[in-house]
Amino acid sequence: MENHFYTLHDFLVYTKGAAYILMGVSVLGILGFWLYITGRDEEKDIQ
Amino acid sequence: MNTENPAAKNSLLTPFNVVIGIIFLLGALITFLRFTKGLAGVTNLSDNNPWGVWISFDLLCGVALAAGGYTTSAACYVFGLKRYHSAVRPAILTAFLGYALVVFALHYDVGRPWRLPYPFFVQSGTTSVLFEVGLCVFLYLVTLFVEWTPAALEWLGFKKYRNIIVRGTMALTIFGVVLSTMHQSSLGALYLIVPSKLHPLWYSSYIPIFFFISSIAAGLSMVIFEGTLSHHFLHHKMDRTYLSEHNDVVLGFSKGASLVLACYFLLKVVGVALDNKWHYLLTGYGAWFLVELLGFVALPCFLYAITVREKNLALAKWASVLTVLGIVLNRFNVSWFAFNWQLPPADRYFPSWMEIAISIYIVTIGVLLFRFISTKMPIFYEHPEYREHAPHEGEEEESAHFTEHKLHKHPQTFGH
Amino acid sequence: MLRRTFLGLLGAAGLGAALGKPAHAAGSQHFQGYPGSFGVLFDSTRCIGCRSCEAGCNRVNELPPPPEPFDDLSVLNTKRRTHWYTYTVVNRYDNIPGAAGPVYKKWQCNHCLEPACASSCFVRAFTKTPQGAVTWDGTVCVGCRYCMIACPFEIPTFEYGEPLTPRIMKCTLCYPLITSGKLTVPGCVGACPVEALVYGKRTDLIKIARERFHAFPGRYLNQIYGEHEMGGTNWLYISGVPFSALGMREDLGVIPAPELTSGALAAVPIVAAAWPVLLTGIYAINKRKDKIARQEEAQAVARAVAQAQAEAEAKLKKAMTKAEAEQKAAIEREIKRALEEAAKGQSQEGE
Repeated sequence: MENHFYTLHDFLVYTKGAAYILMGVSVLGILGFWLYITGRDEEKDIQ
Repeated sequence: MNTENPAAKNSLLTPFNVVIGIIFLLGALITFLRFTKGLAGVTNLSDNNPWGVWISFDLLCGVALAAGGYTTSAACYVFGLKRYHSAVRPAILTAFLGYALVVFALHYDVGRPWRLPYPFFVQSGTTSVLFEVGLCVFLYLVTLFVEWTPAALEWLGFKKYRNIIVRGTMALTIFGVVLSTMHQSSLGALYLIVPSKLHPLWYSSYIPIFFFISSIAAGLSMVIFEGTLSHHFLHHKMDRTYLSEHNDVVLGFSKGASLVLACYFLLKVVGVALDNKWHYLLTGYGAWFLVELLGFVALPCFLYAITVREKNLALAKWASVLTVLGIVLNRFNVSWFAFNWQLPPADRYFPSWMEIAISIYIVTIGVLLFRFISTKMPIFYEHPEYREHAPHEGEEEESAHFTEHKLHKHPQTFGH
Repeated sequence: MLRRTFLGLLGAAGLGAALGKPAHAAGSQHFQGYPGSFGVLFDSTRCIGCRSCEAGCNRVNELPPPPEPFDDLSVLNTKRRTHWYTYTVVNRYDNIPGAAGPVYKKWQCNHCLEPACASSCFVRAFTKTPQGAVTWDGTVCVGCRYCMIACPFEIPTFEYGEPLTPRIMKCTLCYPLITSGKLTVPGCVGACPVEALVYGKRTDLIKIARERFHAFPGRYLNQIYGEHEMGGTNWLYISGVPFSALGMREDLGVIPAPELTSGALAAVPIVAAAWPVLLTGIYAINKRKDKIARQEEAQAVARAVAQAQAEAEAKLKKAMTKAEAEQKAAIEREIKRALEEAAKGQSQEGE
């Protein structure tokens, strides 16, 4: 794994890029997941 | 100010309008100079001092002082403190305008403003703290805009769209708090990369925490401060709900601000202790650090505490002013006064009058937009069709008069 | 506001405190840099301050002529820094204790192994090339100047006078010229008449420096500036006097710039992942508390209503039994009276 990257900078470009993409996906994912979990709650509150 | 006689020739030339006019004229002139002579023709920026008052004030202070948006909406919607509900819309409006103007100010500061979207759409520097700041500010601006639209939609009468957006309030609020946490702290993190340039009393690996915690205090204080100003100048736009909740807001936010400031004070002291920087306190910069910490953090903390104990709302006004000034001072210290502290005095930076003029111009735009929107749209009052509170006695007739209010002249309203 | 906000803040502070240390996400990995990358060794004991290197740099990079010609050595009377039209400057340092005469230092981009400019640029305009040079890409630069803030050596310069297309200007190690074959060594190195500058592989340069220390004992300080500073640079310096006397900072430490910010950046995904869940949790708890409060209120109301109803019923029952008893008594009285009247009538008829 270490052989891919000669510098800390290159390593961070790669890993931080992956992290941001994951964050974007997870924001939408968690929202969807939360809606799924609370989808059949008895009390339906508008707010 | 003569505002009562519309027949007078100079009814448009009130002192206020003249000042505004001068500010706008200067703004236009300096804008022209900026884009014909470059930054050199307008600013005192140099290779040693690449960031000046447009970053220190317009960006750092602008973002910190717009923190009222996320703190108020979090208090009301996430923590369920419904009695603060009437303070949410003014806070969101302040924050939205604040962030929009930060982006506007950046168009003056960066070398190629039309490339501002590049980090998101062309090539991303994901190792950069500035990337994270930019991304969060961009997303948060969109969030704030969406949070503001119900007021505009109510004014325009688009019930269906307004209701759709209101249903997303909780998600928007939470998203806003998350984004705010990240970029408030990241603005501090910008300076993590320069331990050699920032004075040790302000440099700490905890800068991100300091910036975040102080932004909470700034947000709460700005709501109190802005409420005080709005009471003075926009009183006629406020409905009974807002007015009756106002005291609760001031007291509750004062309590919160006092605790947050106490926490911030302790964290700053811990920061000094952990890096063993006590000896710096005995220097000139140390004295300045103590001025910031004691006069603008500890003092307003106590004033807020007394406000709450004695239920003295007038004191909250002063505490909020001190807190806001303290945040401004802290951002100035980190980005300007304590930055490049080792450079010889001749190489230090001081803004040109044109830089200051542009900053004033930008704030003026914000104030005017705030006044326009809050007088035309349901910010300080609830639109009768979307009322969440049962109308108070006499409010039914009042609300019918709201659209007639243009003729109502509060003695201290600005003239037209 | 009190308890809930404070708890929330406590959580945030705790999280922040836990991440306060620069725990960069690379963990225990150690990065050596690109093998075989090139650099320059500057020997301040050889430099005579002739400024030929400045002239060479200006020539090969086709930069505009500076205000003073390059053979004007009076400019050395003041300390200069790089500007948009000078990628490199020579400065003179007088009256250094232990030095026979003035000592000169050539200053330019040090082409760090882990450049702060590259780390700080939010459009990735800087690249650390495998050949060693740190290059700048003008096609994406926004002109935000954060790289100028970040560089601990105060190197990048900006064309403040350009209204619409200002560039960041700095030494390129003649990367485009060398890779295209126009030059074999950087312009400054080729112009130096006294071989104060040597171009070669970084590993070789360090060897050469060590050899000079060994060959000329007492001439040099036993330290190569740039070997470890800020994680190491490709431009290396050796000197007979302390580097701080030559205006070079010795308090920069050895931590590379990306490591200074990677800790804070690592906290971002954690905030993005944990905060929404925490906040939703607080919201859900509050909603549940409200719901329970409403339920309890409703229960209390129902109980009160039931109690009132029970009391009313008891009262009614009591009144009804009383009424029944009264009615019964009244009937008995009537019957008794009727019987008495009947008995009276009978006795009257019998006479």
